[in-house]
Amino acid sequence: MAGNIKVGVLALQGAVREHIQILDKLGVEAVAVKRKEQLVDVDGLIIPGGESTTIGKLLRQYDLQAPILEFHAKGKPIFGTCAGLIIIAKHITENNEPHLPLLNVTVQRNAFGRQVDSFEADLPIKDVAEDFQAVFIRAPLITEVGADVEVLSTVKDQVVAVKQENLLGISFHPELTDDTRLHAYFLNMVKKAIEKHQ
Amino acid sequence: MTQTGTDRVKRGMAEMQKGGVIMDVVNAEQAKIAEEAGAVAVMALERVPSDIRAAGGVARMADLKIVEEVLKAVSIPVMAKARIGHFVEARLLESMGVDYIDESEVLTPADEVYHIDKSTFTVPFVCGARNLGEALRRIGEGASMIRTKGEPGTGNIVEAVRHMRMMQSQIRKVTGMSRDELMTEAKELGAPYELLLQIHQTGKLPVVNFAAGGVATPADAALMMHLGSDGVFVGSGIFKSSNPAKFAKAIVEATTHYEDFALIAQLSKDLGSPMTGIEISKLEAHERMQERGW
Repeated sequence: MAGNIKVGVLALQGAVREHIQILDKLGVEAVAVKRKEQLVDVDGLIIPGGESTTIGKLLRQYDLQAPILEFHAKGKPIFGTCAGLIIIAKHITENNEPHLPLLNVTVQRNAFGRQVDSFEADLPIKDVAEDFQAVFIRAPLITEVGADVEVLSTVKDQVVAVKQENLLGISFHPELTDDTRLHAYFLNMVKKAIEKHQ
Repeated sequence: MTQTGTDRVKRGMAEMQKGGVIMDVVNAEQAKIAEEAGAVAVMALERVPSDIRAAGGVARMADLKIVEEVLKAVSIPVMAKARIGHFVEARLLESMGVDYIDESEVLTPADEVYHIDKSTFTVPFVCGARNLGEALRRIGEGASMIRTKGEPGTGNIVEAVRHMRMMQSQIRKVTGMSRDELMTEAKELGAPYELLLQIHQTGKLPVVNFAAGGVATPADAALMMHLGSDGVFVGSGIFKSSNPAKFAKAIVEATTHYEDFALIAQLSKDLGSPMTGIEISKLEAHERMQERGW
């Protein structure tokens, strides 16, 4: 589908393989990013689901914070799913220190409860799908959104998907289904960013 | 409409643990050390396996006060062990909000014939296996995650290596078979045919497969990742070492960067001493926990 686009998946911990499989399916070259040098030649970055505390610690241990903030400053898109959303949020409730303060929202970790409360639901997502099968696992919620943030989807009246310029953040796991539409939406953001900078 | 406890939700939870380390802890203080070191989950226990081995007698589900204490202490997922076949212990853990239950051979089995019907629970289960047949029987009963049994509480990686190599080689064999050979293979492995067919088509287990039972050093963790583990459980290896915080952190890093040998070498320097190990041949047959479960 998309010629020379290269998308990185932050591969410190979590559902890395599933994102790479979906990118493969969409005909895009995917790179598992473990070190900052690998950020240089990717056009967009996905931060996957996993344990946000673990991913956050490893980000710091391997000096990945500044290089990813720089990556964003260059206008390259970032897509965070579940733990990835927590990682890119500007504010995290309960005084948790933010990891990559980019997306102008406040998130609450494990907002739906423990694992027994994890669920799946069919959701409409603005500009993406009417019936996206969304899998929520110990998922975070977006409790506050900044003025520059567009809400793409809600469940039980709570915000679970947002977009802000080159940032896409969602509470659930599109990588756990065969549905490629959210990834295709993100690739469009990547394509537009490339065109803009040419 | 929303649905809880589906296969996708239960198996997905384990998918999120991939590339991570799950650590055994016996109190809130240890749970915090594990979380601080970057563990993706903790397993709340009354005693770590090497102490269970030393204590002898009947090992049961942990005192629920310990489980509660650990649930309150950390924000990462909390797992706990129930005895094989003891579905009431499992229901109690589920009612307390434990995120994953390990139906574990480390505890004394409550049923010598049947495992728990895990498909009837909302909470997901992990179970140990030594080979593909055992793994698929557990998945057939509803397990959402598999781990090697290894030989718990020994600090000896040899059994976990044996079990992981066995499973990977059996998966390769099934993948390469022709379809008409599968039913006989299912019969020989004692595995559900439909699950075997699924492996034949996808080339992998339908759930995440972790290493467990004997991981004691960062190099052990990296070894298991190279052999195809999706992540690592460390039982006695952390809190029976001379410097648990340092060991925990080093094992987490070695699991993430298992291909970076220079980094693992660096991590392994001056770590202090790992837990004292046990040579497997020194164990009497009845002391081998891996023989529990069927």
